[in-house]
Amino acid sequence: MPMTEADVRWVQEPKLGFWDQIYFPAMIDGLKTTVGHLFGRKITEQYPEQEPKLPPTYRGVHRLNRDAEGRVKCVACYMCATACPAHCIDIVAAPAPPEWAGREKYPETFVIDELRCIYCGMCEEACPVDAIELTTLYDLTGLSREQMVFDKEKLLSVFDTTTKAGTDPVRTQAGRLSVASEPPPG
Amino acid sequence: MPEFDPVYLAIVIVGLMGGVLGVVGYLTLAERKVSAWIQDRLGPNRVGPGGLLQPLADGGKFFLKEEVIPAHVDKVFYLLAPAVAVITSLLAIAVVPFGPTVAPPDPQPTVAAFEAAQAEYRNHFSFVMAPGLDVGVLYVFALGSLAVYGVILAGWSANNKYSLLGALRSSAQIISYEIPLGLSVLGVFLIVGSLNLEKITAWQADHRTWLVLVQPLAFLLFLVSAYAEGSRLPFDLPEAEQELVGGYHTEYSSMKLGLMLMAEYVHLVTAGFIVSILFWGGWGFFGLENLLTDPVGGAVLKAAILIGKMLVYCGFALLIRWTIPRFRFDQLMNIAWKVMIPLALLNLLCVMVVLQFGWPLVVLTGTSVLSFCGAGVLSVWLRGSVTNPKRPVRKLPPGLPAGVTYASR
Repeated sequence: MPMTEADVRWVQEPKLGFWDQIYFPAMIDGLKTTVGHLFGRKITEQYPEQEPKLPPTYRGVHRLNRDAEGRVKCVACYMCATACPAHCIDIVAAPAPPEWAGREKYPETFVIDELRCIYCGMCEEACPVDAIELTTLYDLTGLSREQMVFDKEKLLSVFDTTTKAGTDPVRTQAGRLSVASEPPPG
Repeated sequence: MPEFDPVYLAIVIVGLMGGVLGVVGYLTLAERKVSAWIQDRLGPNRVGPGGLLQPLADGGKFFLKEEVIPAHVDKVFYLLAPAVAVITSLLAIAVVPFGPTVAPPDPQPTVAAFEAAQAEYRNHFSFVMAPGLDVGVLYVFALGSLAVYGVILAGWSANNKYSLLGALRSSAQIISYEIPLGLSVLGVFLIVGSLNLEKITAWQADHRTWLVLVQPLAFLLFLVSAYAEGSRLPFDLPEAEQELVGGYHTEYSSMKLGLMLMAEYVHLVTAGFIVSILFWGGWGFFGLENLLTDPVGGAVLKAAILIGKMLVYCGFALLIRWTIPRFRFDQLMNIAWKVMIPLALLNLLCVMVVLQFGWPLVVLTGTSVLSFCGAGVLSVWLRGSVTNPKRPVRKLPPGLPAGVTYASR
């Protein structure tokens, strides 16, 4: 709908009085603000010495969780690899050892290309057993592309590190699916 | 002008130049630090303790950077401009006292008396590069006007629209603000009766007063014009980054850019000394300067007081920078031509009348306040139609898209 003349509101500048016209009170007001900030609290974060406090929902480097017995929790169902929009997860499944009760498969290899990943967290949401999670580790560096391809051992070691440091991410909950998955009413 | 021992003179020149350039270097750090603090940041703090070695790092960086001379510039003037800028700003310091000084002797009736007075004057050590120069402040103003050549040459030779616009703005601004700058201090010269900076300091010491108390309006006008002359915010239109990239130094790189920036800070330091000497009593500070009676300690104390006043001026410039937003160009011109020049003339008239009739100088304080408030009242009465005239806006006939207006002719 085009704007009409009635929609236009004409705003007048406020009239300046004597104290405004001699500039001084306004200047002193301005200086008060400036000097207040000059001595006020500083908000700069001294990065390498002072690490930022990230929210627990931050999506950083992945980790592969271990179960209570220290085994990899993943059941190699390929849900994360399917959900991944960047196609950065590569899993090779193998039959689980017979002593691993209650599951058929486990991942023989589990590789994430951290350079290809867009850190959207969909793998975490897709995982039915809460085996893959994004941690709050953000300072990820490497000297070559090969170094940034994380294999199963590396991902499990991320789990060990973050658990020890007490920086566990918020657990993903396998809850109700969204309304889009429900059949239409009636 | 009396002759002095060249060895002493060489020491003074080297010491003063080194000192001024050191102050300039640390002013850049102070500028960055204060800017950061005012914006709730910490500022540079990595080089040396608390970032104190930052100016050295910056200087080294300037020297080591690649020197680019664009193919489209006028090489001669392009190379000349930074030199002109920095030479004029450094030359201006020659007559500026930076510590205690002795007033040069007045003209004597006979040659013998003149020689004796000069010989006596020569025995005193003055903290100034060229002592006893009678044109004093005029010399500083003259070199201040020459500084605009550096800007214009830079802007013109760079063959770049941003540079040219910046240089045009700068020349218009400097030429406009030179008038209130000169007119405002005329009153001071009339009161003291000399252009010599040492004599002006001595007058204030003798009369146990600061000229800012006698001439508050002139001080205000001088302060504003001095900031405008030095292209400090809120008068930094020549290099308004948001509009003109770097203004007249857009095309400069490496140490040539460094020289351009240095010239501006040297300008600030010179203006700080001039304001301290003309209006803030030079090396005097309510009798505090006489606390140390031995000659060396006293001289150091007085120099410290004067340099402290200069630093106060520079610090105020840094505060003002983040307090007042930049003027629009027409506002800048209106303030100079329609407010500051008439006020300066009025102030000069008051000084002439008071001196002619021999009234006490306190009257001048009253006339200053009165003319300042009078200008405010006049401004309210005219509703800013002189200093900030509004172009009438005509609404278009209905039927056209709403909100479209244009200035009527």
